[in-house]
Amino acid sequence: MSSLTKLMTTAAILVATSALAPAFAANTAITVGMVLEPPNLDPTSGAAAAIREVTYANIFQGLTRFDANGAIIPDLAKSWDISADGLAYTFHLATGVKFHDGSPFSADDVKFSLDRARAPDSTNAQKGLFADIASVDVVDPATVKVTLKKPNGSFLFNMAWGDAVILSPKSIATEATMPVGTGPFKFVNWVKGDHVELAKFDGYWGTAPKLDKVTFKFISDPSAAFAAMMAGDVDAFPVYPAPENLEQFKADPRFQVVVGNTEGETLLAMNNGKKPFDNIKVREAVAHAVNRKEIIDGAMFGYGTPIGTHFAPHNPDYVDLTAQSNYDPEKSKALLKEAGYPDGFTVSLKLPPPSYARRGGEIIAAELAKVGIKAEITNLEWAQWLEQVFKGKDYDLTIVSHTEPMDIDIYGRDNYYFNYKSEAFKKIMAELSGTTDPAQRSALLKQAQKRIADDYVNAFLFELPKTGVANAKIVGLWKNQPTPANDMSEVYWKD
Amino acid sequence: MSFGALPDEKRGLVGVAFQSKSFALGFVLTGIFVLAGLISFVWTPYDATALAVADKLKSPSSLHWFGTDHFGRDIFSMIMVGARTSIAVAFVAVGIGIAAGVPLGLWAAARQASIVDEIIMRANDLVFAFPALLIAILITAVFGPSAINAIIAIGVFNIPVFARLARGAALTLWTREYILAARVAGKGAFRISGEHILPNIMNLLIVQGTIQFSLGILADAALSYVGLGAQPPTPSWGRMLADAQTMISLAPHMALFPGAAIVLTVLGLNLMGDGLRDLFDPKLRRSRS
Repeated sequence: MSSLTKLMTTAAILVATSALAPAFAANTAITVGMVLEPPNLDPTSGAAAAIREVTYANIFQGLTRFDANGAIIPDLAKSWDISADGLAYTFHLATGVKFHDGSPFSADDVKFSLDRARAPDSTNAQKGLFADIASVDVVDPATVKVTLKKPNGSFLFNMAWGDAVILSPKSIATEATMPVGTGPFKFVNWVKGDHVELAKFDGYWGTAPKLDKVTFKFISDPSAAFAAMMAGDVDAFPVYPAPENLEQFKADPRFQVVVGNTEGETLLAMNNGKKPFDNIKVREAVAHAVNRKEIIDGAMFGYGTPIGTHFAPHNPDYVDLTAQSNYDPEKSKALLKEAGYPDGFTVSLKLPPPSYARRGGEIIAAELAKVGIKAEITNLEWAQWLEQVFKGKDYDLTIVSHTEPMDIDIYGRDNYYFNYKSEAFKKIMAELSGTTDPAQRSALLKQAQKRIADDYVNAFLFELPKTGVANAKIVGLWKNQPTPANDMSEVYWKD
Repeated sequence: MSFGALPDEKRGLVGVAFQSKSFALGFVLTGIFVLAGLISFVWTPYDATALAVADKLKSPSSLHWFGTDHFGRDIFSMIMVGARTSIAVAFVAVGIGIAAGVPLGLWAAARQASIVDEIIMRANDLVFAFPALLIAILITAVFGPSAINAIIAIGVFNIPVFARLARGAALTLWTREYILAARVAGKGAFRISGEHILPNIMNLLIVQGTIQFSLGILADAALSYVGLGAQPPTPSWGRMLADAQTMISLAPHMALFPGAAIVLTVLGLNLMGDGLRDLFDPKLRRSRS
């Protein structure tokens, strides 16, 4: 090759690369880290919050939705009219909406989805959301009328849940592995144990998302999460599992750290249906044996707000009941003696993978040992935990965070894994669902919080913080997590 | 065996062993950790499982010699108790390997080229063909993570190692004249294996045992690193390392000390193994004297 051609080739390459450079700079793909992998991808038939953390507002949409601040805003329903008696909701649906399989969305799909969710054989994890619906009628393809049995002040809130999204009857059989929704992103593939990949849906009815590709990568090990963030394998970790690294990320200009709230009440759950925790004195003893400050400092490096009941502290109706179950090992020992366990007992403590549970579990086991309760730790994988503890109720103690908003009603469910059965609590819940007056609702919610704290159903630990770590160039991530979700529709990379 | 051994015998086996520098160094290194593990039964500076969150991530000081971990536990005490766990797991695991592997190997050698030999050795090949850690993960995944299952898991992959070694060494001995003499005298294969073959392959087994012991420590560390070994709150070196990983920029001592403990114990055992091999190998011994 002569030197002239060499020169010309070099020049040509230079020109070509400089022309291509801007195309590379506009990054339109994001990899989001999550601690837990969803067991399936159908948010209407599974309780695990991880399902909605992947699908909510990305793949699936409901009539209404939560925005980043937890407010209820229109989604598939552009607007609605509420009858004077509060019983009939007429939803005016968005038009031109298509499912990812190309089929058009209409009022029939809304009727199908709501009827399916409230059917007696429904596997919806939050059937209570639909309990007040008397009938769903299609007025015309773009209008749906929902009639309630009794006025329900939180009906629009209920319809915003990830469990109330609208599905297509055509894809229902394969929803768990091949979800088809109306959202801005369509499902591409799921490599079990590793990641779920979504791509921009070109036929999206709303404002087109700025990202072309979203990958949710599942990393439960805190050290692996740290390595993945540092190496850039993961661009954002909305709930980063190793709070000890946050200072380091804050000091590093490549990253942004945003600490906000989640709706996650972190509990030391006790099996109320099993000896010795069927005895309220034993449960009270456990509550007094647990030192919240030590757990928050030790397991969360100070991130997290102590709670004394199952309610989010940033909610205006929250009652601070932490003093009722203060740290008092002497009282705890006395209570155990009264309950007939002067020498304590041995129980199992089954821990799911999140680091708050694994680390909190070690601290709690040591604290319980001080009052004579020997808690034997068993670390479970997420699927095992869901199977054994959540579904099978085969446990004595466990630690987990309940990340759904306003989920105090789980204490009124007979088949829930706490095995807590209280007619008094159910009465409060029944009254609450029939009340629309805000002041009365607030009073009832406070009563409910007090009830479960008085019954020492669980040891209430802390509100899980949203320890978000992301590449400094990413814009549009949520600060708080008002519902389990990682909404990617407005996320983009700035240059 | 060789007459050159005579002058050595005056000094006794122990004296000879310490002639080898690598054995001496290895013995001291391993001894430190064995001693630490033994002392931990009666004394540790702090309770190795007692949390003191207020004192978390303290650097090494006169108060906490190796510093404290993310729960404020004393790392020196944890290393001592961890030594106990690691050594016990590795020791019992090697014991399983010897107890099951050596008789199998001797049996196979005694029934050389028979169907018994084939079955034993092919079964060994099967176990041997699996990567050792994979077997361990398989066993702990099926039976649940615990120190006991870690012992069994590591023990199982030690069996073929000893079976092969015993069979190979025994096969060469079976051709010796003194074995022929014993057979002529009417001794059965069982007695010959026990009285004449086993004592003569003992040195090989000891050397291999030392090396397997160090591999056992490593395997235990690896298993507990991934959470399949001794369960919390029992301290174990592997889990201490795993816990230290995200804290490495805050408290490097959390990773340094358990890491050093693993390295030094394994190094000590390997040096001991090397020294013993030199000692037992007649060729090397003659060249030294």
